[in-house]
Amino acid sequence: MKAKTPKVTQNLILTGVGGQGNVMASRTLAGMLVDAGYVVTIGETFGMSQRGGSVMSHLRISPDAVKSPQIPQGGADVVVALEPLEALRVLTVYGNPGTSLLTNARPVYPIGVITGERDYPSDEALREAFDALTQHYWLIDATSVGLELGNPVLSNIVMIGALAKTGLLPFDRKMFEKEIRKTLSADKRALNLRAFDAGAEMI
Amino acid sequence: MTKLLAPAKSKVLFLGNEAIARGALEAGVAVASAYPGTPSSEILESLSGIAGERNLYVEWSVNEKVAVEVAAAASFSGLRALVAMKQNGVNVASDFLLHLTASGTRGGLVLVSCEDPGALSSVNEGESRYFARMLEMPLLEPADFQEAKDLTKWAFALSETIGNVVMLRSVTRMSHASGNVICGKLPNRKPRANFEYGGPVMDSQTGPMISTPVVAKHLLIRQKLKTVEALFEKSPFNRYAGPARPELLIITSSACFLYATEAVGLLGLQDRVGILKLATTWPLPPRLVTKHLQSANRVLFVEEVMSFLEENVKVLAAGRPEQMRGKTFFGKYDGTLPAAGELNPDIVAGALEKIFKVRRKRLPAAYAAAVQKAGALIPPREQTFCAGCPHRASFWNIANAIALDGRRGFVCGDIGCYSMAALTPANGYHTMPTLHSMGSGTGLAGGFSQLGRFGFDKPILTVCGDSTFYHAVIPALINAQHHRADITFIVLDNAGTAMTGFQPHPGLEVSALGETVPAVEIAAICSAIGAKVAIADPFDLENTGKILTAFLREKGPVKVLILRQACALSPQKKGKKTFEVEVNEDLCLGDACGCNRLCTRIFRCPALTWDRKKKKAVVDRVVCAGCGVCAAICPQKAIIKKQGTA
Repeated sequence: MKAKTPKVTQNLILTGVGGQGNVMASRTLAGMLVDAGYVVTIGETFGMSQRGGSVMSHLRISPDAVKSPQIPQGGADVVVALEPLEALRVLTVYGNPGTSLLTNARPVYPIGVITGERDYPSDEALREAFDALTQHYWLIDATSVGLELGNPVLSNIVMIGALAKTGLLPFDRKMFEKEIRKTLSADKRALNLRAFDAGAEMI
Repeated sequence: MTKLLAPAKSKVLFLGNEAIARGALEAGVAVASAYPGTPSSEILESLSGIAGERNLYVEWSVNEKVAVEVAAAASFSGLRALVAMKQNGVNVASDFLLHLTASGTRGGLVLVSCEDPGALSSVNEGESRYFARMLEMPLLEPADFQEAKDLTKWAFALSETIGNVVMLRSVTRMSHASGNVICGKLPNRKPRANFEYGGPVMDSQTGPMISTPVVAKHLLIRQKLKTVEALFEKSPFNRYAGPARPELLIITSSACFLYATEAVGLLGLQDRVGILKLATTWPLPPRLVTKHLQSANRVLFVEEVMSFLEENVKVLAAGRPEQMRGKTFFGKYDGTLPAAGELNPDIVAGALEKIFKVRRKRLPAAYAAAVQKAGALIPPREQTFCAGCPHRASFWNIANAIALDGRRGFVCGDIGCYSMAALTPANGYHTMPTLHSMGSGTGLAGGFSQLGRFGFDKPILTVCGDSTFYHAVIPALINAQHHRADITFIVLDNAGTAMTGFQPHPGLEVSALGETVPAVEIAAICSAIGAKVAIADPFDLENTGKILTAFLREKGPVKVLILRQACALSPQKKGKKTFEVEVNEDLCLGDACGCNRLCTRIFRCPALTWDRKKKKAVVDRVVCAGCGVCAAICPQKAIIKKQGTA
């Protein structure tokens, strides 16, 4: 699919749970977009926040200027979530009627849900909320694809492949291949490309 | 080739910390030292990756004070040196720094303090800008990624111009954010180290590096700051954008500049608000600041943590009462901006809404209602020990030993991932009622142990991590042993500085340069001071429990238990499972078991979840790290572990 070229700043939030490969995914995306000529600002927190907590990367993709590393409330154009509850959490703060969402379907339960003190929203409740809070959303089981490929953490690359196919951001497979040539060893590249392709097929 | 060494003119996506490292390389830095601490660690980490190639000496020092001393020795010998730390590291280094600013420096010496407004990865919201004022060193604050690189490079030149250490302050949203940077040239210098000290005492280039004669040296510092002021007046890093006579002047620095710019844009106030972005925030350039103050009647200070800019600008204004008549100042003092916590574009926009009595475009009412409805569905996701974390097992052992002992003992906490034992809801079985600075758990434990004469009768335990042990625990431990403190001291040794990314420490046989170095054994140090020492694997619940129980009963000075098990995220363990773990549904009695769901309600591993339909425990194989500890806690032996991949 031919991706559109942003003339104004595009705001993307990548979210998930610590350990899901959020930071790697945001760097990979940003690397491609910098090479494509955009001024990219990524805001993220890591360190203690990754210990089982919610993680979020804010990507500002601008034709010309450095932006605040924190997106204003209601300002997300695209949300990519490695975990559905985190998708919902982000939408309730940064969503607006024009927001598009691409989310992984597999839950990672918070401790409060495991202990039984809190409830995890049902599939129906999640879908209903995504319907109300996005212009369009895609819900895919990226973790299962990662497991089939031998490592659940590959779900982050599955999501990037799927994102490419949606055409929401100006990047494609060729740019992904070029980007991972800089960051990954040859054996890992092949596996990551398979994950990317599998993601694209899910859209 | 690593992007840190990208050729001149290339456009690279750098983390703020990488931009700082690149700036130091462009300045020809020869020596870099640091103690790891979020959000500063990537500066030294990235330099350590290219140290061989660029012939640098790079060191993870034992603590921040020693790190500054190591860098200062290089400076005294004419080399350029950088030292990096997180905000409270400056507290640790401040005693040496007080004397360093008095002795002066030679080769450019830059201290980078990366701070954490909002304490995203800290247990304090420390502010080190006041140290720049108190210790009398110039302060620079970059406001974007290009500036992070360029200001760092310039800081070395500034340091050499005035013969003193220069402080560069970053924040989490700068250090851990990334953006485009255009690289400059990497110099091809081969610096030689030479320390001259035979000259007159007041000769900064040939004399001894000492802080005496104190008053004369102090006057010299004040003169240096006057020179700095004059240089700052002309600095191209201070910029103003907005109308010539704005209705409101914003004075800001650092990431707050980006928030302020965004907020002004959100409200469409570009023609009414001017932004003075200062990169040189101590000492303030008085003429520049006064000139801009005269352009507007209303002034808003946008800054995080404390009112540093606000106070210093007000001091300047107080000196010119006739020019400042009729001015209104907004900021933290009058409550326009919150007194604590980090800022963001929304908070700054909120302040502008109040000042201008305007309202930002709101979301449609139906959407806002949907947000509210969805919000009610979202359970919080608290931080917790990772699946396979040795600390979960250690605290399980500790809590059980305390319960068995029955005298309501408690643990004095310390700084590391294990600090989470002081948080809810991780405290299902934790007891850590004190948590302060690195090493203070042991100091406090020693203090509690002396209170028996006043009727204090609880057993006292304390914990620290392996890196923390070297950083600040040793003096407190010696103090405890020397004063016969009856404490159980537990080292949670997970084989690296795990919380900040597995930087080596003196207990390991590897240095920041990747060289093999002698490991300084924690057990040997504890034995040498006369403490009783035991070593155990926290995953071995039975043995660890036995030792702890015996230690709590035993009267006498310091008893040390070193609990050794590598972090679940460590390079040697990550992605490998020692055990494949699953729940045998036939054996798990679920809610009917008398255990009251020990596994999921009390042990609280994120990989051990509860199937609400079957009402039985279930292992999430995607999250499970395969430590196998849960198999030992199930009274029904329903959790089965089989040999795994590692």
